[in-house]
Amino acid sequence: MEKRQYSQSGDHIETRAPVTVSRYRGFTRANHWITALSLIVLLLSGLALFHPSLYFLTGLFGGGQTTRWLHPFVGILLFFSFLVLFLQLWRLNLPRPEDRTWVSHIGDVVKGHEERLPELGKYNAGQKGVFWAMSVLIVVLIGSGVMIWEQFFPDLVTIPVRRWAMLIHSLAAVAIILVFIMHVYAAIWTRGTLRAMTRGTVTGGWAWRHHRKWLRELAGREGRGPAE
Amino acid sequence: MTMDPNLDSPRTAVSNPPIQPMKANLGVGDVVRASAMPDLPKPERQLTPVAKLIDVSKCIGCKACQSACAEWNDTVPEIEHNVGMFENPHDLTPDMFTLMRFSEFENPETGNFEWLIRKDGCMHCEDPGCLKACPAPGAIVQYSNGIVDFIHENCIGCGYCITGCPFNIPRVSKTDHKSYKCTLCSDRVAVGQGPACAKACPTQAIVFGAKEDMIEHANMRVADLKSRGYENAGIYDPEGVGGTHVFYVLHHADQPELYSGLPANPQISPVVRGWKGVTKTIGLAIIGAAAVGSILHGLFARANRVSAEEEREAEHLVDRSLPPRDERV
Repeated sequence: MEKRQYSQSGDHIETRAPVTVSRYRGFTRANHWITALSLIVLLLSGLALFHPSLYFLTGLFGGGQTTRWLHPFVGILLFFSFLVLFLQLWRLNLPRPEDRTWVSHIGDVVKGHEERLPELGKYNAGQKGVFWAMSVLIVVLIGSGVMIWEQFFPDLVTIPVRRWAMLIHSLAAVAIILVFIMHVYAAIWTRGTLRAMTRGTVTGGWAWRHHRKWLRELAGREGRGPAE
Repeated sequence: MTMDPNLDSPRTAVSNPPIQPMKANLGVGDVVRASAMPDLPKPERQLTPVAKLIDVSKCIGCKACQSACAEWNDTVPEIEHNVGMFENPHDLTPDMFTLMRFSEFENPETGNFEWLIRKDGCMHCEDPGCLKACPAPGAIVQYSNGIVDFIHENCIGCGYCITGCPFNIPRVSKTDHKSYKCTLCSDRVAVGQGPACAKACPTQAIVFGAKEDMIEHANMRVADLKSRGYENAGIYDPEGVGGTHVFYVLHHADQPELYSGLPANPQISPVVRGWKGVTKTIGLAIIGAAAVGSILHGLFARANRVSAEEEREAEHLVDRSLPPRDERV
């Protein structure tokens, strides 16, 4: 069978009338939601210690002391769950020539004129941007986070390095929250996207509109049928 | 000599405590600054600024101050191994708020060997880096007499105070996960007694009183040292942190680093200021704007929807590639 270029193993046409396409397996979805939940816990507990006006958020976790020890452990959980996502998704998130065209037509993207955009594989340049930004920021956050983890690594780095780690950790946190908002917003604004991470499937029309090369490849593979 | 009960703070550590009943000060109403509480009400009154003066030239390294400190604060520093040096314990710990640091110095100008002993501990900065860095409301407070105190019931053990401190003083306990340092015996000062270390010092190398008086006393000590050939004798009361409420008389005030790395120009690191300043305020503003903006846009802007036409296109595409439906089923 032909090598997949735009799709992940497991992606397939699930039903024909109407067309639905399987986009994420159960395992990937479960893992995605572990990452998402971790990120939300990290965001709330981190913001609580970031700005005095948000300190009240420590109440969600049972007080300041609990928030302080919980945050880094959830960070480790997120790191590993995202690592699995990364290993699954990085290949299809590599840049392709059509990404350049997509970015230069960002106005049409925002206005929803997708007929003016090139046909795309499983991910568009925006989704790839979110993926790589998350990847880099998570590495920066876990690295700087361990350096400021008083409970277990009080002497890992010198105090001047620790100050930089603190500053970098908070800047990276602001950045990742912005990426997170972007990710959630795009998933809601682009109707029909959320079900890819809940039920695991999208409609044929959604795939046609947003990721036509991906749909074409899957349809082509179905046509030839599995090797028997 | 007994302290006048009408004074708001003790003027000396050697006197006996007042025998008349007196009201403890250093309460909530005397707090001028508190961590993570930008809108603190103004204090009810201004107490006389106090200070502890440590005259390094008079110190004999007996560690009575350390013993008195552990005694008063009821701490039991862990017993460590002798590694061939006088410092004991080897560093400040959550149970040892003050530490005699010993350094050996061969003076190149005189050829003399000098044993420089400095009592290390919280400097009680006028502009405290620990307080600036602390995220827990009210865990670090500064009283109007200048004492910087950790309020342990509010401490969350994050260690940000360590990041903020220019002198490497606070230590977080592994037992209760709270940060500890010298309190300048705020619980003694509040009831008219000088700090335990100053009271115990046999040579009065440590003295305590109003900061103004202590500066005057320090100037006398510096003049005396100069008359004995210590040309560079001087006061260490660093401007970079707005002055401190624990300060030194040094025989080599031009080289404070000689005294076990006492920083020459301590200040709150610009990195810490950047983190607790622009990053905190602008960062939160940008996050808030992005969140509100996307919610508004989500409510009022047209969503990106898939049309029925596109669903049909998808069916055509799949039908073209796949064998007719009835054969497959």
